[in-house]
Amino acid sequence: MATIYIENEPRQADSNQNLLHVLLSLGYDLPYFCWHPALGSVGACRQCAVKQFRNEQDTAGKIVIACMTPAADGTRVSIKDPEAAEFRAAVIQGLMQNHPHDCPVCDEGGECHLQDMTVMTGHCSRHYRFTKRTFRNQYLGPLLNHEMNRCIQCQRCVRFYRDYAGGHDLNAFRLRDTVYFGRFEDGVLENEFSGNLAEVCPTGVFTDATLKRHYTRKWDLQMAPSVCVHCAAGCNISVGERYGTLRRVVNRYNHAVNGYFLCDRGRFGYEFVNSDQRIRECLLGGEPTELTRAMFRLGTLLRDGNCIGIGSPRASLESNFALRQLVGPDHFYAGVADEEWSVTLAALEVLKHGPAPSPSLDEIEHCDAVLVLGEDVTNVLPLMALRLRQSVRQQPVRKATDLHIPLWLDHAVRELVQDERGPLFIASPSVTRLDDVATEVLRAAPSGLARLGFAVAHALDPDAPAAPDLSSEVEAVAGRIAAALRSARSPLVISGTSCGSRELVEAAAQVAWALCKTGKPARLSFCFPECNSAGLALMRPRPLSAAFQAMQRGSADTVIILENDLYRRGSVAEVSTLLDTARHVVVLDHLKNRTTGKAELVLPAGAFAETDGTLVNNELRAQRFFQAFPPQGEVRASWHWLSNSLIPELPAGTCSWRTLDDIVSAIANEMPDLAPIEHAAPSRKELGKVAREPNRYSGRTSILANISVHEPKPPEDLDSALAFSMESGPQPPPSALIPFFWSPGWNSIQSVNKFQGEVGGPLRGGDPGVRLIDQKAEIAWQYFSATPPAFQPNSDEWLLLPHFHIFGSEELSRQAPAISELVPRAYVGLNATDAALLGVKSGELIKVTIGDSVHELEASLRTDVPRGVALLPAGIPPVDNLSLPARGRLSPLRAAVYGFAK
Amino acid sequence: MFSLLRSLWEVFKHAFHPRVTIQYPEQKPYLAPRYRGRIILTRDPDGGERCVACNLCAVACPVDCIALQATEDEHGRRYPEFFRINFSRCIFCGFCEEACPTYAIQLTPDFEMAEYNRQNLVYEKKDLLIDGPGKYPDYNFWRVAGVAIGGKEKGQAENEAAPVDLHSLLP
Repeated sequence: MATIYIENEPRQADSNQNLLHVLLSLGYDLPYFCWHPALGSVGACRQCAVKQFRNEQDTAGKIVIACMTPAADGTRVSIKDPEAAEFRAAVIQGLMQNHPHDCPVCDEGGECHLQDMTVMTGHCSRHYRFTKRTFRNQYLGPLLNHEMNRCIQCQRCVRFYRDYAGGHDLNAFRLRDTVYFGRFEDGVLENEFSGNLAEVCPTGVFTDATLKRHYTRKWDLQMAPSVCVHCAAGCNISVGERYGTLRRVVNRYNHAVNGYFLCDRGRFGYEFVNSDQRIRECLLGGEPTELTRAMFRLGTLLRDGNCIGIGSPRASLESNFALRQLVGPDHFYAGVADEEWSVTLAALEVLKHGPAPSPSLDEIEHCDAVLVLGEDVTNVLPLMALRLRQSVRQQPVRKATDLHIPLWLDHAVRELVQDERGPLFIASPSVTRLDDVATEVLRAAPSGLARLGFAVAHALDPDAPAAPDLSSEVEAVAGRIAAALRSARSPLVISGTSCGSRELVEAAAQVAWALCKTGKPARLSFCFPECNSAGLALMRPRPLSAAFQAMQRGSADTVIILENDLYRRGSVAEVSTLLDTARHVVVLDHLKNRTTGKAELVLPAGAFAETDGTLVNNELRAQRFFQAFPPQGEVRASWHWLSNSLIPELPAGTCSWRTLDDIVSAIANEMPDLAPIEHAAPSRKELGKVAREPNRYSGRTSILANISVHEPKPPEDLDSALAFSMESGPQPPPSALIPFFWSPGWNSIQSVNKFQGEVGGPLRGGDPGVRLIDQKAEIAWQYFSATPPAFQPNSDEWLLLPHFHIFGSEELSRQAPAISELVPRAYVGLNATDAALLGVKSGELIKVTIGDSVHELEASLRTDVPRGVALLPAGIPPVDNLSLPARGRLSPLRAAVYGFAK
Repeated sequence: MFSLLRSLWEVFKHAFHPRVTIQYPEQKPYLAPRYRGRIILTRDPDGGERCVACNLCAVACPVDCIALQATEDEHGRRYPEFFRINFSRCIFCGFCEEACPTYAIQLTPDFEMAEYNRQNLVYEKKDLLIDGPGKYPDYNFWRVAGVAIGGKEKGQAENEAAPVDLHSLLP
């Protein structure tokens, strides 16, 4: 710590930081553009000028750029100094010289960092008499809008896109006042994190194109703290509603989880909530029916029938728990294909009973040697990939510390590091999006990858069993990986369920445990498939195949399916048998799908923005999401549907929750594993009111005036402290309940500065969420002994593996119009040599036979896939009903293709 | 006694003053052009809708009686999809007119809006939009703003240089 003097007042500051960071952390307002807490300083915009004085006697001082000046002990600075203030106003005058006169039609207006900073400096009118330079815009895809005239050349976009997110197709072109930020030609931005440009850009050059289609100012949104449901990372988001539809998603800072950034699937996948495929009424036999009749029917089915319940990895803990209580724990089944389910359970066991803890995403960024086993992290858990991209810098930037270059001095550090990267080893069946920063990549079938894992573990600790009959090549790779992990300060092993291989999970655990045994603080992280896979697994439901059997045995006649399209979970034959055998099928879901089409009774379940609940992410952190708006129609949370306040004739005492707090404490009482979820967010009674609407929210007396001029009372929220109004208690909201970031003078998302203890650090009051498992040091564990046999390619029986796509593999985001434009067509990917043996060329059709399902898919020839392995896109129709990995046959359909040519 | 007589005289004198009271509704009062009465939405000199749906009137409104939704035509020109003023709440403060960056929303010298049914005081865009530019005959926001709309490309607004040629090698 250092003492620095600000306006002659002594203040304590972190001497490893720059002045801008320190001043903002201490709560001072100082305008800036190019600096970003996650990107560091480059001193490009000259906006954060302050006066620095040599000592107490120095009255003249000199102007310095705060973001480029270390906060050394004894530094004396003045923000208020008239010369510095004039300098800042002059800088902004220069930046605004070519700014187009278009704030009224700019999507950034009202949350524009440039507006805020201009007001802060006091600059108000343009003195430049000559013409404004203009640019033409580019088409950047369905997600982002480009309006280049608004640019102030701060360079943040390219620094984020290229340096931070590893993109290649956005760059700065030309020179002096004609610098242009864009692609070399029109086209969809390739990087999976491009949506962050809308937040990183301090003005309206890059804006959310999905928001533009139903544009609403930030001050008019009714917002709530939420958690992304499109993958298992559990990124914190803030969702905004206007006129009854969900309008947008922005980042909600959580230091431990997502930090400042979101992936494009999470940011733009929200539009499924507004889909015209939404179920908004109770359906009985396919026809809309009244609530009372539907509930009477459900009550009758529950009373007279033998019910089983099928849960869902994309439903909240509360909803799954409600179903489990309704049908009884013995009749509650996981709505996940058995293969995936067994791998998920294995991963959970390894995390619970092993010595290696699961890291938060923030800890992943600070790991300095990483081994990825069998995951394409970018397409499965995108934000983890963004963190991994930073982790490869951990080792090289140590050189900067040795040379006394402060780490915040971004350009100098990057200049020093150049292309040097720390160890990141990726072993996977196919090319991954992180390969460009990997030290070494290895391609093999899942069993081969698991064997590599066991070999690494054996190389680290000879007590770990060795994998027999390894090729010398793999042996050498394993040796190099072991050496890199051994010499690291905090090594990390990542695996997951994508390959559907239990051995792979065990191999990853083996490596992490071997490291732990040698005294390394190794961590182990798994990519779970869906937003609440881990939470569902912690509830210990029975496997799905047992549900199929129960129905066939006749021990059950009614099935209640919670937020789950079963046709994505099992073969068409199995699922159809289940749904046809069952005398009564009840489904709760958001969107119409094949399963709801077969249901006798359908209840409209609220989507994440319309309900409250808790999700458990891949770190096993339970996080609460809150309702942003009361949904239209009869839509309500599944756990509200499944309570005795709605269902008549339920015995007293069962499912007797009324509010969120009731059901959360019921879960905590019933399940010791999930007891900590009570602390995931404060309960309703602990707090006063927290406003969902900003205090400038407009149209209160006019929004519904077309229906009736007599304004209704605002709806009351019985589930949380959040209010559907702009009225708030005097206290700032606790971190888990911050609906949006705003502070006087800071309308943009950069106002998060005002909510952090220290800029870039945790939120005041601690990061939201609570970890469900905390590793104890002395855990009894032992190595797995069974190493899998080597993979043998077989031209009669191919190994078909799922290939994940950030856009398309996830069920809900695929329904969002912007995302659906980016979903690839179904294909079968196979090795070019294999294809030549089959006699198939690229683009020709291949017949894929798995069991009794047959698909004709386009061949995509690749060099990365191991021989005997074929890739099918995960979750993309028509192959979204296959549970992969599977064994199957491939045969060419050449005759059909060439039939016309001849 | 004197003061009593003086007061009587003063009152008597007023009998011969010109009348201030106007025989409304037979006789209409003079209202200044800047009188703050019924709110209208105007068109720009080219006949296009002036309102760009920026929401500034709505946010300035102290009684929150304006609600609107922005939308865009195929060329990027923004306009309100609907625009609603609940005149039963309006206090005719004129903040909306002051906030409007395009002179679209204007208050007019007309106050005769009384209704028997309060619901009739809810005005939609069809009730608000007039066919002229109102008090400001010349201003056209789109001629000044640096965004392209139908009929006006980049670089064609007032005071704008031609767009930068990105492929030029000249410095």
